[in-house]
Amino acid sequence: MPQTNYQTQQEFFVDMQRCIGCRACEMACAECETNGHESMIHVNYVDRAVTIQTTVQVCMHCDDPVCANVCPADAISKDEFGVVHTANTARCIGCSNCVMACPFGVPKKNEAYDLMMKCNMCYDRTSAGKKPMCATVCPTQALYYGTREEMARMRPNSTPVNNFLFGNEKVSTKVNIMMPKGSTQLIVD
Amino acid sequence: MAYLPVSPEKLIAQFGPHKNYPSHEGFLGRDEPDAVVKTHCCFCGMQCGIKLLVKKNKVVGFDPWMEFPFNEGRLCPKGVQRYMQNNHPDRLLQPLQRQEGVGFTPVPWDAAMEKTVSEIKRIKAQYGNDAFAMLSGVSLTNEKSYLVGKFARVALKTANLDYNGRLCMVSAGAGNKKAFGLDRISNTFEDLERAEVILVAGANVSETFPTLTHWIWRARDYGAKLIVVDPRVIPLARTADLHLPIRPGTDSALYGAMLKYLADHDMLDHDFINNYTSGFDQALATVKDYTLEWAEEVTGIEKEKIELAAQWWGKAATSFLLHARGIEHHSKGVDNVLGCINLVLATGRIGKPYCGYGTITGQGNGQGGREHGHKCDQLPGNRDITNPEHRKYISQVWGIDEKDMPGKGLTAYELIEAIHRGEVKGLISICFNPLVSLPNNNYVREALEKLEFYMCIDFFMNETARHADIILPGSLHEEEEGTVTTAEGRVVRIRRAVSPPGEARTDTAIILELAERLGAGDKFRYNSSEDIFNELRVASKGGTADYFGITYQKIEEKMGVFWPCPTLDHPGTPRLWEDKKFATPDGKAHFNAVAYREPGEVTDDLYPVVLTTGRVVSQYLSGTQTRRIGKLVDIYPEPKLEIHPELALKYNIHQDELVRVSTRRGTDEFPANIVETIRRDTVFLPYHWPGKKSANQFTPGTLDPISKIPEFKVCACKLEPLGIKAPPSQESNAFASA
Repeated sequence: MPQTNYQTQQEFFVDMQRCIGCRACEMACAECETNGHESMIHVNYVDRAVTIQTTVQVCMHCDDPVCANVCPADAISKDEFGVVHTANTARCIGCSNCVMACPFGVPKKNEAYDLMMKCNMCYDRTSAGKKPMCATVCPTQALYYGTREEMARMRPNSTPVNNFLFGNEKVSTKVNIMMPKGSTQLIVD
Repeated sequence: MAYLPVSPEKLIAQFGPHKNYPSHEGFLGRDEPDAVVKTHCCFCGMQCGIKLLVKKNKVVGFDPWMEFPFNEGRLCPKGVQRYMQNNHPDRLLQPLQRQEGVGFTPVPWDAAMEKTVSEIKRIKAQYGNDAFAMLSGVSLTNEKSYLVGKFARVALKTANLDYNGRLCMVSAGAGNKKAFGLDRISNTFEDLERAEVILVAGANVSETFPTLTHWIWRARDYGAKLIVVDPRVIPLARTADLHLPIRPGTDSALYGAMLKYLADHDMLDHDFINNYTSGFDQALATVKDYTLEWAEEVTGIEKEKIELAAQWWGKAATSFLLHARGIEHHSKGVDNVLGCINLVLATGRIGKPYCGYGTITGQGNGQGGREHGHKCDQLPGNRDITNPEHRKYISQVWGIDEKDMPGKGLTAYELIEAIHRGEVKGLISICFNPLVSLPNNNYVREALEKLEFYMCIDFFMNETARHADIILPGSLHEEEEGTVTTAEGRVVRIRRAVSPPGEARTDTAIILELAERLGAGDKFRYNSSEDIFNELRVASKGGTADYFGITYQKIEEKMGVFWPCPTLDHPGTPRLWEDKKFATPDGKAHFNAVAYREPGEVTDDLYPVVLTTGRVVSQYLSGTQTRRIGKLVDIYPEPKLEIHPELALKYNIHQDELVRVSTRRGTDEFPANIVETIRRDTVFLPYHWPGKKSANQFTPGTLDPISKIPEFKVCACKLEPLGIKAPPSQESNAFASA
């Protein structure tokens, strides 16, 4: 296996409070040739009629990725660093099992290619010791890539959370969501 | 001769705007570029550092420039996509001449130049020197801004030169000169970090300066309270500690009431006021009746919120006040700015760490471009063209007789009025698209149609250029060396990444050849942009905007130098006023009396709704560049009328229904976007689009009496629902509306 320079101490942090909905992340993600100039990160209004708030959804890179578990073609794999990779194009059959199974709604099927496509945390960059492109350009650092220590120092009022409760289903992820200080999990009813 | 030669649709088909997209495979050569060029984004005043990837003389992509201190790799969507303006199918590659009934046809450079020069000479001979005008813009580098200023005065010999900064921050510039004697933000944005209170007045930071948001959010991480004054819940206001939803056109009432509150509750820095300022008593006397109740009545903001804002501002140990076009685009823009400055001076929080004040300059070189002489009243170094000493010094630098230096000319919008009156007959424009960016643009179009000769320099055929007799293909940002001055006052280097394609030339080369052909070539001998900058350094020496100590080498070594920098061994001045010696004649900061007055147009029975205009994150200014970048167009494909549900209910307007918007100046139709994030009495339209999708067909040409900025931010309109659902936005083709 080729050598990588993946920085295992660096993690991905998402802070919705800081998101201004500018879509720099989408624009930057789509610059990647391996995505065919499609964005693998998605910015959406929560409810534009009542608020300007946007959410930004990046692959959460689950510790036990449902998308990979339900894939009948074994096209999705998690690597030694915990990155859940996009569908192996030679294996993906475009069945959309992963699209329906993901609790975060991350994988999208690209109908034109008949393939699932999703974020692989800019593996070309992160494996070379760089930050993912979305977190690099994010003008508000709603998307941040760095160490927990940096985060604790920079954002004293927030706590990173990577445990989610969907009903009775516990999901833990490689990617963190910034929550009010002291939070331990995000409960999604 | 300035009518369109053929229909706008035909011109659009040939010259665009067309949307440029990367292919799905991307651009070849990105993995192994010939060059990686560290430069800056071509768009807003933040001037974020960015690296351009170059292959075979084409910009094929970007890479974040992590080391540049302001943005550390961060970019907005415009910055990410800015490279797509290069290698664009709409790029003008040859000089063009107007041909009636045909459109625009290629013409050799020599013939285009000869036609231009002969028309300049004819018009000047027939009507006088000032009948030939020039309009410039501050996307140009410092070098080009300086060159245009010198060209107009020395080669064209006209007084009538002005620039699109007139639509940008001239109210702030005028206010700052009155109060401080100098026109620059007082601190770097790093001083936001530990400000206890940040007051953002009329600045849609997250859409117009997205990368500045980072510094505000950082301050909040450290506990800063954020106050946002805006008629809309802009993205920055969503989580603000206090949002003051002000009625458009009433800003100075708010700041007047806050000043009175500070005085009534003795939240003043008496030592600072007594020792370092003048005019406080008069400023306070003017607002003596501006109670919270009165301010609530005028501004529409609950008095409790105004009181809270005043308390927070009054009690803070550190603070930063930022404003932008939201308070400046008014017939009392200067008053609004002075009202803000009065709050800063009353609390003495300036010239210290984490105590800052300033306008957020909008255009790429909005700061440097407003200092070096392509304003109608200005000479380099932010000198005054009516000041005998200043005229004498610059005449000597330029090698001309002071008697030959033209005087003060007309401002941008006044020039349009002068064309209407038949006083101005000829025009050169560069870096300015007045048909989209000036108010009451039907009136602007009529003016263009009256011109006897119009030559436009641009890299794309902007909407105004369609009225030209000659169009000369100039250069993109990435095609010339130079410097710009960021909104922080930091002079940075713009680097040439590629050379102009086809027969296009650099803007500098075009202006120098025109000067030569006009017989002034001996005054324009430069071999490089650095040569021009070195002359600018000398010309600015001793002025308030003193660049003498700044060299290309120093900028490279220090990643930018903050002016004033008067000597070669001077480190530059990131924070102004630390010695409390202000640049006014008496050395003191000046309070100014600001009495509230109404906007130029108020609502009435015929036009009962307030219309305000602004911007969206994916577009820049008049859209000449950004309406040609496909992915940016797709983010926000067409202007929508933002309207509150209560107002929509009153007029029976439904979501996505077409609404006819009318003011005394124009009528057109826009889809409704019903949102609770706007005042109940106000509707909003963004202005980046042309033709039938233009917001500036509605806005009035009312000018501030001092700064001559037009009142883009408030007018009276009426709304009529058409009962028709608007077509999908992606099918609107608003980016190329005729």
